[in-house]
Amino acid sequence: MKIAVCLKRVPDMELRFSIATDRKSLDQGGLKYEMGDFDGYALEVALQLVEKQGPGEVVVLSLGPDGVQETLRKGLAMGAARAVHLKADQVPFDGMAIAHALAAELKDGGYDLVMFGRMATDTASGTVGPMTAELLDLPCVTAISQLEIAGGRGTARRDLEGAAETVEFTLPAVLTIDEGIARARLASLKGIMAAKKKPLEVKPAQLGEARLTIEAMALPAERTGGRIVGEGADAVPELVRLLRTEAKVL
Amino acid sequence: MGAMFAFAESRGGELRKVAYEAVTAARKAADASGGGEVHALLVGAPGLAGRAGELGRYGADVVIVVEHAALERYSPEVCAATAAGRLRSGGYRAAFFAASAQGRDLAPRAAAKLGTSLASDVTEFEIQGDAVLARHPAYTGKVIVTLRLTGEPALLSLRPGAITAAEQPRTARVERAAPGIDPASERVVVKELSQGSATLLDLGEAPVIVSGGRGLRAAENFKLVEDLAAAIGNAAVGATRAVTDDGWRPPTDQIGQTGRLVSPDLYIAVGISGAIQHLAGMRTAKTIVAINKDKDAPIFKVADYGIVGDLFEVVPRLTQEILKVRRGQ
Repeated sequence: MKIAVCLKRVPDMELRFSIATDRKSLDQGGLKYEMGDFDGYALEVALQLVEKQGPGEVVVLSLGPDGVQETLRKGLAMGAARAVHLKADQVPFDGMAIAHALAAELKDGGYDLVMFGRMATDTASGTVGPMTAELLDLPCVTAISQLEIAGGRGTARRDLEGAAETVEFTLPAVLTIDEGIARARLASLKGIMAAKKKPLEVKPAQLGEARLTIEAMALPAERTGGRIVGEGADAVPELVRLLRTEAKVL
Repeated sequence: MGAMFAFAESRGGELRKVAYEAVTAARKAADASGGGEVHALLVGAPGLAGRAGELGRYGADVVIVVEHAALERYSPEVCAATAAGRLRSGGYRAAFFAASAQGRDLAPRAAAKLGTSLASDVTEFEIQGDAVLARHPAYTGKVIVTLRLTGEPALLSLRPGAITAAEQPRTARVERAAPGIDPASERVVVKELSQGSATLLDLGEAPVIVSGGRGLRAAENFKLVEDLAAAIGNAAVGATRAVTDDGWRPPTDQIGQTGRLVSPDLYIAVGISGAIQHLAGMRTAKTIVAINKDKDAPIFKVADYGIVGDLFEVVPRLTQEILKVRRGQ
């Protein structure tokens, strides 16, 4: 089984963000980067599938500036066989522009599965996976929380609002992985050493035209007027009064 | 003047609340750009056409009904082909989907078929000349990105609850249409739909959410949260990631960056410190109440009203007071 896993390098979300002077991008000062959470789950699922149902290989891909090679090396250290860096000065916000570049690379790769995280934790859009599937004309199942693959077919569970779907599909397919399915393994020291010698190919990203661009970035308005109504249960009647007469939500 | 398109999400023959929100958004967009028509697409099993009138109530001029025996459950490729086919031929300025589990699956497929772009999980939007501007909370809600969409049609998926469904009644014309592709050719088949508890309101649909965190100390203490939700009446129960990770509540109750993103009218955070991961899922709520014993907890920074105190005393009292108020009405 041959599986491609698309990884995005994202900023560490625990950090404080500030907006750069162009008002359209993040101030890069002090930013640290890591592999997106959901992408890590997708890679873990792919590695387990090949380990259990081998032979096969997991190939990791990432699009962006040279810094994404660090994310790819982490993927290799976790157990991927080789990596492809689709080089671009910047990662566009437009999922379609990215999907074009990924589809161009994946098209003739002979992959049984192409896997993504449910969404990138930074842009939080979740569009690149299903868009890439459409461009490749492959079946796609999104936000998978349970997965079984056997005999060229797959069964997946998707959690909906207050319900769940059991979905069947045929391979090859594009899958996006939700939380809860697997925890991403830590790379072992041996894995980290081995990753240095694994192949990492660099190619220019064939990005599509971007029709979705960033007009402005801003920090959310601080919620104003917030106040401590009081301490302990004695403050409850006043809270109820405020919720009824001021906020008008009760 | 351009027509606007809305995908009307349904499940099990019933319209979802987000369907009314999408139609409301399309109505608002149409009225803001010269008063063009709103066309809503409804896809499902035979009988669903009976729901068309409800979409007219929220401002749809035309309801395109696609009924087929094989479309009882969500059929992603059929829905995407049908929506894209209609959008390709209809001269639409913008198309609105829900950023629900279904809409997040469907909208990018439709966008890719059209070769256009999609702004996801939008909380506000504005039609501005040739472009659509859309606001989207990103970076775990710590950065608000304003996006410019220049494709036509511009596709948007709307965060559930961010647009308040508003009635603007008209008599919708029903137009029957065939599925965009043969349902038998669907490669992604939903074999089973298991509904959750029918008695509890869903987090995305409830106007009020009462949510609990680690401060509750044990799974059984969620009874306090459930009782408060029951006293309020139209409330759903949510939880933090720490709580769902510990198995106190099912994973589907999780509100936060990796769980549900909600925008209720009222959000009551009980024993929740306010980690970034949680705030990302609820900071767009219209009114936030926090009950926490730690006066320095970050949740108080986003809360409109806070009570510093022992939740085991405050919450039962709040439940009582609300019951008193409701009985008095």
